[in-house]
Amino acid sequence: MRIPMNERLLYTLQIADNALILGHRLSEWCGHGPVLEQDIALTNIALDHLGQARSLYQYAAAQFNELPAEQKQPIFSSPALQQNINAGAEIDEDDLAYLRDGWDFKNVLLTEQPNKDWGYTVVRSFFYDTFNYFFYTELQKSSDETLAAIAEKSLKEVTYHMRWSSEWVIRLGDGTEESHKRIQEAVNDRWAFTGELFNMGQVDKAMLANNVGVDLNKIKPFWQESIEAVMNEATLSTPANNWMQEGGKEGRHTEYLGYLLAELQFMQRAYPNMEW
Amino acid sequence: MAQEVNKNEWPSWEVCIRSKAGLDHKHAGSLHAADAQMAIENARDVYTRRMEGVSIWVVESKYIHASDPDESSSMYDPANDKVYRHPTFYNLPDELTHM
Repeated sequence: MRIPMNERLLYTLQIADNALILGHRLSEWCGHGPVLEQDIALTNIALDHLGQARSLYQYAAAQFNELPAEQKQPIFSSPALQQNINAGAEIDEDDLAYLRDGWDFKNVLLTEQPNKDWGYTVVRSFFYDTFNYFFYTELQKSSDETLAAIAEKSLKEVTYHMRWSSEWVIRLGDGTEESHKRIQEAVNDRWAFTGELFNMGQVDKAMLANNVGVDLNKIKPFWQESIEAVMNEATLSTPANNWMQEGGKEGRHTEYLGYLLAELQFMQRAYPNMEW
Repeated sequence: MAQEVNKNEWPSWEVCIRSKAGLDHKHAGSLHAADAQMAIENARDVYTRRMEGVSIWVVESKYIHASDPDESSSMYDPANDKVYRHPTFYNLPDELTHM
């Protein structure tokens, strides 16, 4: 069966964008961690995410460059990137990270939410790492060899991420009165962003049909079971509300992404093609 | 007063790393952690991120008992003139190479 190139490219970008945006958020803790050891732990994890993003962007760029010209045109609508594409240039991983505007990013809203405090940071990672663990576990079986290989390599890192964030949830939830109260608040506030992780968009459906992508409905019960086990141990309660935020996978983002990209992309936008 | 300052600090741990299977664990340094599990993870992140190790031991620093530096002359100096304690007075056959 012919696999639609555009959809495979967009699928690769979804995964890459999650990794870049969460990696960038975690990197904001560099030099600000509550203790030196955790500062290093979090920076290591941020770099794991950036490493995964790089592999995926390289793959996405290679896919893009192979497309016929008329198919390239409609994929991105960010002017800075379009300008390069119209000039006939091949794109690379840096172009994808630095020259796309918010609407071309397909990360889930959860990953772009601000760090706020240690509890919120831990909870965001806890929800995402648990998802990522089951996601990469399945993606290892992808018929796309590159994605399967990236999944296999990343899974070792993600297994540790999940262990790290789960332990912190337990530590804070089952800690002092104040730590319990604050992390429960973070869980309640971030809960509405967990539904989107399992939204099967058009791209997800097409890739699943081609045995490239992951069936998100299949991993959802694994995620729920894992989250609940940790939350029980942490003496935290699962929020009752089932109303979920969504839009990131379609390029509709919260206001936070714009500020994040402004910082992430500033140098390349102000000094195009600069290197250091 | 010093104790007051330290009350909210995590205890200190000593970290030993085995660089590869078959070798000894060697003292790598120390760090702070709330408990043993966190100490192992912190050690993983602080001391093995450049492929330094395949196994980690941690022990809370307060459980290490050290000799008193003030007693070092009576503890260690007497060994200085006991060369006969080194097994250097045996004649080894030439075929023996790995001694």
